[in-house]
This record gives sequence, structure tokens and C-alpha cells, in this order.
Amino acid sequence: MTAGSDVLVIGGGLQGLSSALHLARRGCSVRLLEADYCGRHASGVNAGGVRTVDRHFAEVPLSVAARALWHAMPELVDQDVGFVPSGQLKLAETPEELEVLRQRVQALQAMGFFHEQLIAPAEVRELVPALTPRIAGAIWAKDDGYAYPYAVVMAFRRAGERRGVQVHEATPVQRIERRGNRWQVHAPGGPFEARHLVNTAGAWAGEIARQAGEPVPLEAGGLMLMVTPRIAHFINPVLGATGRALSFKQFANGTVVIGGGLRCTADAVAGHGEVDMLKLATSAQTVTDLFPHLGPIAINRAWAGVEGFMPDQIPVIGPSRTQPGLVHAFGFSAHGFELSPIVGQIVAELVLDGCSTLPIAPFAVDRFERPGGESALSSFPPVNQRP
Amino acid sequence: MKPETVDVAVIGAGPAGMSAAVAAAGAGASVVLLDEQAGPGGQIYRAITQTDARRLELLGPDYADGRALAAAFAASGARHEAGVAVWEVTRDRTVHGLRDGGVRSWQAQRVVLATGAMERPFPITGWTLPGVMTAGAAQILLKTAQAVPAGELVLAGCGPLLYLLGWQYLRAGVRIRAIIDTTDRADHRRALAHAGAALRGWRVMAKGLKLMLALRRAGVPFHTGATGLAIDGHERAEAVRFNAGGRAHRIDADVVLLHQGVVPNTQFSWSLRATHRWDEAQLCWTPQADAWGELDVPGIFVAGDGGGIGGALAAACQGRLAGLAAAQQLGRLDGAERDRRAAPARAELATQLAVRPFLDALYRPKLRVPADDVIVCRCEEVTAGQIRSHVALGCTGPNQAKSFGRCGMGPCQGRLCGLTVTEVIAEARGVSPAEVGYYRIRPPIKPITLGELAREAQ
Repeated sequence: MTAGSDVLVIGGGLQGLSSALHLARRGCSVRLLEADYCGRHASGVNAGGVRTVDRHFAEVPLSVAARALWHAMPELVDQDVGFVPSGQLKLAETPEELEVLRQRVQALQAMGFFHEQLIAPAEVRELVPALTPRIAGAIWAKDDGYAYPYAVVMAFRRAGERRGVQVHEATPVQRIERRGNRWQVHAPGGPFEARHLVNTAGAWAGEIARQAGEPVPLEAGGLMLMVTPRIAHFINPVLGATGRALSFKQFANGTVVIGGGLRCTADAVAGHGEVDMLKLATSAQTVTDLFPHLGPIAINRAWAGVEGFMPDQIPVIGPSRTQPGLVHAFGFSAHGFELSPIVGQIVAELVLDGCSTLPIAPFAVDRFERPGGESALSSFPPVNQRP
Repeated sequence: MKPETVDVAVIGAGPAGMSAAVAAAGAGASVVLLDEQAGPGGQIYRAITQTDARRLELLGPDYADGRALAAAFAASGARHEAGVAVWEVTRDRTVHGLRDGGVRSWQAQRVVLATGAMERPFPITGWTLPGVMTAGAAQILLKTAQAVPAGELVLAGCGPLLYLLGWQYLRAGVRIRAIIDTTDRADHRRALAHAGAALRGWRVMAKGLKLMLALRRAGVPFHTGATGLAIDGHERAEAVRFNAGGRAHRIDADVVLLHQGVVPNTQFSWSLRATHRWDEAQLCWTPQADAWGELDVPGIFVAGDGGGIGGALAAACQGRLAGLAAAQQLGRLDGAERDRRAAPARAELATQLAVRPFLDALYRPKLRVPADDVIVCRCEEVTAGQIRSHVALGCTGPNQAKSFGRCGMGPCQGRLCGLTVTEVIAEARGVSPAEVGYYRIRPPIKPITLGELAREAQ
């Protein structure tokens, strides 16, 4: 027997769960198919940064809209998800780096965005007294923060389930098939059938797109993080750097999570990211340069979530160009966590209204096929990407 | 730093590791043996080369046996790198260690994991109180520092180590208030079903009986078939409670030494993503290996208790097999010569392992799945009840338990709670431990600080 619903969502990461929730809130019947368990990979084990600061300019309108949802999360998922509005700092260690930040803030203001503010070294030290004095300045986004990724995954899942979303775990999709004006999806316990299909399969989304006849240059990669044991509280904001890769935060429980967009190899089939400890040495060096008192602190654990990366480091969000009734949202390239509440809203709009109220043209699935597709993106200034 | 190249890297200087090094070096391979301790011996022969006649006498003949192996190792030509804490072994056989705060690395053609056993968790009410420790830890203090407990001493649990330590304390003049044994008549009946096999390992059994007899003769009170074991105390251990002989007991105690057997230390084999299986007889995970100890990660071998509990003498045999197989794979021996040299070890291994089904049945650990209020994860103070509530919310295995409530995310990397978490979740879900699985283990396996790692930045 074929199991039917209005919408089938492929992938139980945050983007898929958020899409399912938003669709259910608008009255759709939704099934979600997850190959492993929800939040098993990048969604559940990322660094948890709720960050608008330092975004690719194409993502700025989405990230600002998403942040408003983070601050009102109980309205969306009926519960507190533990979001801590600690603020995020992007440090400049030299006058040259400060100049880069100044230009960024000016460009944002010209676009009409004022959420990133340039602050002086004295203000930085007031925010983070433990920081080394060799700081030239910083960008400060006071309404940014962090959350525990897996807690957010579970909150979205439960909120969706309360509204009728049916989650099927351990249900890897083998094949999608267009039948008349409906989709048939082959997976254990299936086939499943629906009018609309949503591809939020993360690092595995490329195969779904390929089967839809629109291959994308998506690559699976691991993103490494390490964490210390609980130590005395010494910093509130989340910290990033400008000249070198760093993402750094101390959670309320005292553990310090250290990352910085450090990629490693991933085996997408086995669902495994291979931690390269010697590559993490660079992060350890950055952290101990900025906070010398962390030198004797042990690394408790290192890990790597499997994530989907696009060549231009921004996601695919939008309708299929080849098939009706198919919407893609994947390839977040290690910075999809903060966007997830708004991505679900966009996906629901695309499914139900056929268009989105937010500017999503830069995320088109066929941008690598169109002549001049990449040059359309190059009008955005290059930015330093981090999770 | 550029890694040193070597034919065979052996991790761990217990009987399996020393024996593997001797066999591989004896075939002409270049061998480095990496170990945390200052001297060879591992846990079972700890401090064997630094010990004096009096301590040898006190610790007994099985311990003294380690001297011959340590001497063979010293003469083998294998290089001993002492004081090295290995914190990562990769699938392409790069080995990273830490000595005196500096990272040292080796690139090996073959790796032998001989990381031995660790004591099984003993999660009962009060097991985290000061004054409570494991019998194994107490024995290390005896072997290395000749330190013995002061105050009212109680030993509780089951397994050969409990009686051996009691016997060693007896010889050291330590008064034992009581030995509380959880072994009951049903265990004896189940064990006797394997008695035919055990006859071949009669010496092992005879030794155990001799120890028990000596303890009884010395007037140490024995309580057998004990159930409902719990430790009372506020700031520290004050008494042990249990039921035995049809009535409730409460014995005052300052020091409680717990033990219910040992289990393989599988941190490295898990981190290498080797296939593991749940061993229902030994109630633990063991890595899948071939007859020479090679894992399904090519070029990486396991020898000794890390591959399944067999004891020190079996470990030495397994080490020899792994060392010979590694040397043969590297072209230092042909297959026939490898088999010829392996034959005595194989025969002895069969004898040693024949007694295991009997011992596993007799000393089956009972206190594995605790009540709701008992702490399972000591690092993060997660109770069995909290884990069960995670299961009720959809948590299906240990890795999700980490995400649900930080269980297993503390400094011990889940070593002390892993088996308990697997079994608690299996029981709550009504499925087998094999289905529940284990923590994904990631480096660093041993602590390395941010400052130490930072010095390795390119």
C-alpha cells in the first residue's frame, strides 16, 4: 500500500524539520523521511552559533529574518529551546583587519542593515575582559547568540509532530519518481506518495537533485569541532576572528567549543567525518593566542559532523527548474543552523504560494548551469566564512 | 612534526604488548612499544622490573611470572618508549602520543593494540562516595606504592581479582572486615555445565580455591550470594548494606573496594571504526578479529584482553600471534615459519581460553543495570532514571543519550559508563545491547591540552 500525504520531506535535519513544521502550521499533511535518526549529522552536532554577523551578503536578509524568529522561538515551537542571546563578536587583530570590517559594515549600511556595529578595543575588552590586549577592534552583533543544536532539533521535531507531521527514521530514500502529477518515493516501509516533495537531505541532497534531472556541484565534507571540560566562566559572547579561522564559545555549562570552519574529509556513505587532529592544532593555536590562560586546558573531545558544501559556500534554496512540485533547501556549507527557522518558512511559501517573500534568487539550484551564473554572484564582496 | 617510521608500533606494555614486540622484533622487524607507565608490565605486571623480593613474595607467583616476559622484552631489540600516552591511532596507522607535554608521532606499517582491560563499572547506590574505589585501583596502589587501606575494609562483588587482592592484603597484614560475594548457587550450577572444559584449565580453578581457602582459614567473614548491595554514607562511605542468607545485613566500613570483573578497553578499536560485537557470555563489546588478531581495519591487530577477556597468559599468546603475523605480512617471515613459531602459542592459548566459559558463568557480573536514582555517568552526574526518561522521549542509543543529557560527555570519554548506558537503554527499549550499540569514540583518547596541540600548528 502506498502511504500518501500532501508533502514529503526528505531529510530530518533542521532544514527538513523546520520545513515540515512550517508546512504543518499552514495546514498541510506532512511526512518526513530520515535515513538515520533526526539531527544525526551536521544539524545535531554543529557548534550552535546563532549568527547574523559575517554572513555572505546574499544571506543577510534571511539571517536577519531568522534571528527575529530565534528571539520568538516559543511562538514557533511552543517551548524555550535554550537560545542564549549572548551576542557575537568578530575580532580584528590588526589595523588591516579592522579596515576590512569597517568596509563590511559600511556596505551593509548601504544595503539598509544596521545589525553589525563596529566597536573600539576598549569596548571589546569590556565585553570580554579575559581577551589578550592585542585587539584592533571588532564587529559586534548584540542580538546574536547560541543554542544547543540537538535540543533545537528535538524542539522542531516535537512541534511538527504535535501538528501531525509523521517522522519516519531509519528510512533512507532510494529513488524518487514522478507519476502523473504526484511524486512516488521509494524507501523502506514505502513507497510514499505526495503532490509535493521537499529535498532537505543535506550532504546527501545531490543524489535527489540528480534524480530530478538537475545535478548540482554539492560536496560532502566534515566540519571539525573540539570541546574542553567544564571550566570557570570567562566569556559571554561568541567569538570569531577575521584573519584566521575561529569560532569560539563558552556554553552555560562551562564547556568551551572551538571550531572555525575547519573542514576534514567525510565518508558520506558511512556517515562519518574523519577528525584530523593536526589540522585542529591551528584552532588550538588561535585560541591560546587570544586566551593564554587556556593553554593548560585539556581537549575533551573532537568530532566532525557531515555537511553538504556548495562551491560558492551559499546554499541552494528554491524550486526545481526541471520538475513541478519539488523544492530544494540544502548545501548550507556549514552555516545553516541560524537560518533554519526562516528556511522552513521559505520552503512552505514555495510549496503553497509558489514564491517567497524573501529574496532567494542568489540561491537558485541552476546557478552553476546558467551562463554567467557565477558572475551574478561575484557582485557580492568576498567574505570570510565560518560556522 | 614529521612522524618516525617503524615497521610495527605496539600500544601497551602488558603481557600482550611485550609478547607482540618480542615476536615481531625476533623476526627482524623494527618495533617500537609505546606505554604510559615508567616501566613495562601493564596493569597485571605493573612495576615488575622495579620490584623487590619482599614485594614479589607478597604479590605471589602469578605476578612474579611477569619477570621472564619483561626480561625477554628487554633483550628483544624492540624499542621501549616509556611515559608516552598515545592519544590517537588513525586507520592509516599514524600513531600520536604525548610525552612530557610534547607530541610524538610514528608512522607504522603495522599496529598492535594491546591496551588491555579495565574494570567493569559497578553502578550501585553510593558508588561515587569518597572511600569507595575499585579493587583494581587498590591493587595498583599496592603494586606501585605498597599502599594499603586504613580503617574498616570491605571487599564486595565477584571475580578472581577480589580474592587475589584479599589474599595479598592478608599477607600484607591488612585486616579485612568482610568479603561480600555476589556469586550464588545458580552461578555454580551454570558454571558446572562448563566443568568439562574447565578441567583443562584446572590450575586456574585450583588457584582460586586456594585463595578462598586461605581467606576463610584466616577468619575473614564471607557472605555469598549477596544481593541488593548498596553503600550508605553522607560525606563518605559509612556502611555496606546487602541481603544474604535470607536476611538483611549492614556492615560498617570506611573503605569499600568494589569489583565485578574486567572488560576489554576498546577505545582505540572503536575510534578506528572496527566492527565490534556484543559478547553475551562476557557481557561486553569485543572487536571482530581474525585468528591472528587482525581487525577489519587492515594492518591493525588487537592482542590480549582488549580483544576479549582471556587473562595474562592468554594475552601473551595472542601478542605472540599478532607479532608473528605482522612480521610475516611485512615479509620478515614466510607463512610456514610464522605457523611453526606460532604453534606452541596457539596450543597454549586454547588451554588458557578453555577455562573462560566456566569463569564467565561463575563470575557473571550482576550489578549492571541500576535503579533510577543511581548515577551512571560520573563525569556529568547522569542517573539511570534520567537515561530511562531519555528513552521514553525517543532516545535509541548511547550517542543520542549524549545529545539528550550529556551522558558520557565528560573527561573519561564514556569509558566508565559506556557499558552501563548500553545495557540500561537495551533494557528500557526491550532490545538486545547489540541493537543499541555503543558510543562513537573520537580522538583524543588520552588527554592533550590546547597548548600542547597548539605547538603542532604548521
